[in-house]
Amino acid sequence: MEKTWEAMTADEKKNDLIGKWLSPPGVKFNSPDAEKGYKARVQRILDAANLKKPDRVPCFPMFGFFGAYYSGLTPYDVMYDYDKLMSSFSKYILDLQPDAHGSVTISPPGKLHDIVDYKLYAWPGHGVAKEHSYQCLEGEYMKANEYDALIEDPTNFFLTSFLPRTMGALDGLKMLTPFTNMTEMYGGFTGAAFVPFGLPPVQAALKAMIDAGNEALKWIGTVAGYGAAMAAAGFPGFFGGGTKAPFDTIGDTLRGTRGIITDMYRQPAKLIRACEQLLPIMVKMGVSNAKVNGNPVVFIPLHKGADGFLSDEQYKKFYWPTLKGLIEGLIAEGCIPFPWAEGGYNSRLKVIKDVPKGKVIWGFDTTDMAKAKEILGDVACIGGNMSIATLMVGTPQDVKNSIKKLIADCAKGGGYIMMSGAVIENVPPDNVKAMIDATKEYGVYK
Amino acid sequence: MAKDLAKALADLKEDEVLAIVQEKLNAGADPLGILADAGRGMETVGTRFSKSEYFIPDLVYSGEILKKVNEMVKPKLTGGGAAKTGGKVIIGTVAGDIHDIGKDIVVFMLDVSGFEVFDLGVDVPIQKFVDKIQETGASVVGLSGFLTLAYDAMKQTIDAIKKAGLRDKTKIMIGGGQITDEIVKYTGADAYGKDAVAGVTLAKKWMTAK
Repeated sequence: MEKTWEAMTADEKKNDLIGKWLSPPGVKFNSPDAEKGYKARVQRILDAANLKKPDRVPCFPMFGFFGAYYSGLTPYDVMYDYDKLMSSFSKYILDLQPDAHGSVTISPPGKLHDIVDYKLYAWPGHGVAKEHSYQCLEGEYMKANEYDALIEDPTNFFLTSFLPRTMGALDGLKMLTPFTNMTEMYGGFTGAAFVPFGLPPVQAALKAMIDAGNEALKWIGTVAGYGAAMAAAGFPGFFGGGTKAPFDTIGDTLRGTRGIITDMYRQPAKLIRACEQLLPIMVKMGVSNAKVNGNPVVFIPLHKGADGFLSDEQYKKFYWPTLKGLIEGLIAEGCIPFPWAEGGYNSRLKVIKDVPKGKVIWGFDTTDMAKAKEILGDVACIGGNMSIATLMVGTPQDVKNSIKKLIADCAKGGGYIMMSGAVIENVPPDNVKAMIDATKEYGVYK
Repeated sequence: MAKDLAKALADLKEDEVLAIVQEKLNAGADPLGILADAGRGMETVGTRFSKSEYFIPDLVYSGEILKKVNEMVKPKLTGGGAAKTGGKVIIGTVAGDIHDIGKDIVVFMLDVSGFEVFDLGVDVPIQKFVDKIQETGASVVGLSGFLTLAYDAMKQTIDAIKKAGLRDKTKIMIGGGQITDEIVKYTGADAYGKDAVAGVTLAKKWMTAK
């Protein structure tokens, strides 16, 4: 009998996920060449992640809505029309042939967010122009005096405070009582606990959730169909799941930048306690998606720990302990954490070196890559730093020169993946092509 | 013993700052004098930031403390606040981009450095910058943008300023997460500030060169 997930060691879990990544269940390859290409691409990424020398440097440009622009569409078009999403995001992968795609999840379902009256973001046609990507509307969606509520019961806080505040149609959820009240029939526990579900505002919220769920199903069908179609054509997805560093979870969308900054001075112990409380929840979020998608790589976009955003002491006190815990928690569940440090991370390199060897892919934006290689090279695979500014406004030759330099600085001995420093949106296609082709030209290991 | 307000603020001792201000107000001290002390404290915060002893949280937190000081002092002010003598600066996040955190920090640092700041907000239409330059006669303009879409919006804004015949009289700085020298050249700006204090330094340099 096969071992259950719970009974497996971390290595066994990782091997299980890698096996599914290399041979995706249910995928019928379009041709023997496609199958060969697919496996070679996954192996190339795995070798780099394992600090081995692949046949050449893998290339994964971090794509945003590039696929839409490439096909003459807008982000609005693909957020509201899943057929357009499918066709446009397929086309550029097949044309430009990178080593991996980043799924279509970067394009969330527009209609779903209309249905729930989403307040946390402005998105194409809804607060920003149809030609542009969505943008976060920071606010104090959790108040300074609500740490205890978050710490005591994170799920209940999300259900009855965060969701009603960020989704207008779910306002009625604030009338819910904790589900843990439904402990038993005796004494009327269950009876009382169901009362809110008889109230019209709660029923309206539930109706909106059902409608949103129906829309989510349509969208997830496209997400799954895209992954399968790309695999069949020879192109793996780079990551299987995503999660966030607990400090960013609180700082990005609960307290906001100003909120979390003042909390560091005014209520440091509660902030740290909340990060610790969210840690296992953030681990589970990453692992569950990786398991569903049969791909061990878990994307962790990092925001508020960048150079300048925190002092060294603040980083070590508030940010790193639970990010490290997240990385270790993911590794224990067989995953390959892929923290992606937006902005600069030069002052953090020595701190983040403290991770298990050969288990992590560190992605960087504007960090000095030669320095990153020097400090992290024998511990973790690194990737990134192809300047988004150069990709946007440079020539293909400029891009080629940058790629050549990055490979010279970082590729020695393996353990490097070519990636853009930031998400590729409306970038001239010739520059993206130059990035991929130059990696293939200069990145071969002899 | 008179406690040093400027030092307490520079050291980010919120409780101490507020206690000193209350003490001074109770003793009938000149509100403008209190604000001047606070201003000196903020100057030290800026200096420490530019020396990398302080970071963004320290800037933001000092702003939060200063806000409370202002709230306490304001009712006692008979005239307006201290006159702004540093010169006029127009700031805004360019069209299409709605990010405000970086811009707000720059506005705040310019303000405490004595500039008269016209904050146009986020997603600012091109023409609004042109109109504001004409209206105020400001000689320094700061364009903010966090996303790569801001590159073109910055370029178009600067082109429009040029077209209106205002470019020769205006120094333009840009700033944001993905700004490099390459982007300064692409947009036609004069310079970029890598952080808020660098922006203040640029503005000061340009004002004195006038």
